[in-house]
Amino acid sequence: MQFFDPAILHAGQYHDWLVQGLVLSIQLTVISFVFALPLGALVAVMRTSTSTPLRAAGAAFVEAIRNVPLLAHLLFWYFAFPELLPDAARELLYANNPEVVCAVIALTLYAGVHMAEDIRSGIRAVPRTQLEAARSLGLGRIAAVRLVLLPQALRASVPPLLSQTVNLWKDTSVATVIGAAELMYQAARVETASFRSLEAFTFATLAYLTVSLMISAAAHLYQRRYPVRTA
Amino acid sequence: MIVLEQVNKYYGDYHALVDISERVDKNEVLVVCGPSGSGKSTLIRTLNRLEEIDAGRIEVDGRDIHAKGADVNALRAGIGFVFQHFNLFPHLTVLENCTLAPVRLGRASKGEARAYAMQLLEQVGLAHKADAYPDALSGGQQQRVAIARALAMRPPIMLFDEPTSALDPEMVGEVLQVMRALASQGMTMVCVTHEMGFARDVADRIWFMSEGKILEKATPQDFFANPQHPRARQFLADRRRD
Amino acid sequence: MLELIDTYWLYFLVGQYPEGPLGGLALTIVLSGAALLLAMPLGLVLGVARVSPWRALNVPVAVLVHVVRAVPLLLVLFWTYFFLPAVTGVKTSQAATMLIVLVLFDSIYLAEIVAAGIRALPKGQFESARSLGLGYGAALRHVVLPQTLRHGLPSIVNQLVSTIKATSLGYIIGLSEVSFIATQINTLVFTRAVEVYLVLALTYFILCFGLSRLAFLLERRLQRRPAAQAAGIMKASVR
Repeated sequence: MQFFDPAILHAGQYHDWLVQGLVLSIQLTVISFVFALPLGALVAVMRTSTSTPLRAAGAAFVEAIRNVPLLAHLLFWYFAFPELLPDAARELLYANNPEVVCAVIALTLYAGVHMAEDIRSGIRAVPRTQLEAARSLGLGRIAAVRLVLLPQALRASVPPLLSQTVNLWKDTSVATVIGAAELMYQAARVETASFRSLEAFTFATLAYLTVSLMISAAAHLYQRRYPVRTA
Repeated sequence: MIVLEQVNKYYGDYHALVDISERVDKNEVLVVCGPSGSGKSTLIRTLNRLEEIDAGRIEVDGRDIHAKGADVNALRAGIGFVFQHFNLFPHLTVLENCTLAPVRLGRASKGEARAYAMQLLEQVGLAHKADAYPDALSGGQQQRVAIARALAMRPPIMLFDEPTSALDPEMVGEVLQVMRALASQGMTMVCVTHEMGFARDVADRIWFMSEGKILEKATPQDFFANPQHPRARQFLADRRRD
Repeated sequence: MLELIDTYWLYFLVGQYPEGPLGGLALTIVLSGAALLLAMPLGLVLGVARVSPWRALNVPVAVLVHVVRAVPLLLVLFWTYFFLPAVTGVKTSQAATMLIVLVLFDSIYLAEIVAAGIRALPKGQFESARSLGLGYGAALRHVVLPQTLRHGLPSIVNQLVSTIKATSLGYIIGLSEVSFIATQINTLVFTRAVEVYLVLALTYFILCFGLSRLAFLLERRLQRRPAAQAAGIMKASVR
């Protein structure tokens, strides 16, 4: 048996498993991102609103999710949550890829609250005097937020948001704990089936590295092209 | 005390110091003035090698500061430097700020360092603040401590880089007073400053700089009464207008 | 719920101890604390190397930081778990494996905290220390690092929170930390999944939220001292 046989990475059953895993990891990332970003924006707006109950609700939501590890979230959604559902809903869940559904819920919430914090700090990075200046020109509150506050807030938020996206991509690996057949799961599966742990983990490492570095590079380029210009 | 020979410095393509060749004698008080961007801060920072030079030679107290392989730390220990923004160490008390270097560099025992530091703080009028932290002091007080801290190393020469420029007007006087006292004690001083009153009263010589060159060198009387170079005249006229 | 807690609270807290190795919440806390403590000296060295002016030092460290941060912790855990015994010839326990990986990750993140703290310190601090004749090392030791570590304390506490959450990954290699124990309890009881996992979540919440508040209070106390405002405070990204 060879020490490192890259052949299995190019073709064959193990290759197929690993590629399926990679595809699912990417799907988990994209789907969770699509839900997490609006959730994050909503929570960020709640946390910066003038209404105290809204702010408190937003803060409570963020703290409740953020202070529990992703793994515990996954365990909850997979093992505990279905118990709370009415029978029909539970059957529906179990019939339709429950591992993936629960993983998406957990990842969405976890990534969402972290994105909320990044968007919130982007909003707070814009000095209040900007809004004051906009209002002094006669702009209404909504117009001032839309034309002056949000563009600046978003520009400041994009780099940390891209960084959270990298975190989300890495976090999909934890979904293996509830049996979602993503990349880590498949790598472990290849290892058990063939003892080719070195090749399988190398594949996984290269996959994670590549996507992470691509997203980070995008963040760098964005920062170069749209630098945060302060007054 | 200080000898500059054909000193040149570039920032990229920008010629920041142009062929500076000068001397500063012992016990002399030299004031360097000029418009912003003239190179005066750069010049004084080359004197203790906070800035490097691209050509030429600088000797302080007989030693070539910019020599390759020179022991920069030992050389700097013999030159006192006071910054525009004081730069006191916020995590140490006033007294500790003054004793840190002498003790750590083996110049004095803890006891000796404390005694001398207290004496210096007494001289600058801040002995009662010895155990306070810098954030409890006003800007003028912090700068006076900074001067005491530099003096604690017993340097034969003191360099001041715009020591009062970051101070509110009412605190400028207390710092200048300390500097005047120092001058009257015979300390060799080079001061980059905008305080023309100080220059007029205390300086032995004034260098006027512009665009990296020393355009005029004169005694205060000559400089203020009869500036030779047109740019020097413009500079003084602008200041009078303020 | 109460009877559940009543029956299993000890198991949840300490695992099989003393009839077996330490487990449960106690293991989570001990592992996290030990990892952070062990990572501090390494993080300090790496952080200083990261901001040093010598490329032979700061480039390899930068590469190391970027690579480690680009891969999931779980992957590094798998690598260590599967290959370390082969390399060293010693069979490492799950706890030891987890500790090694946590120390690696913590030292990388601490290095970033230290590096950011040093960069945030006004340049004048370093310059005035050098002007007094202190060498590079002495200036770091007596002027730069004391301030950096003081300002970085909230970030370090946040890193402890991250570490506590990271220990949960030990579940996947069979480490008896608190999430693993919770699942064991769930398997034993079987019909009370919601309660078991809510208690687990609540436990983490109390621990992590408590520490985060501490970090927040520390940061507030630091900002009240005006001299400290001159230096920035960096937030490490907490997951």
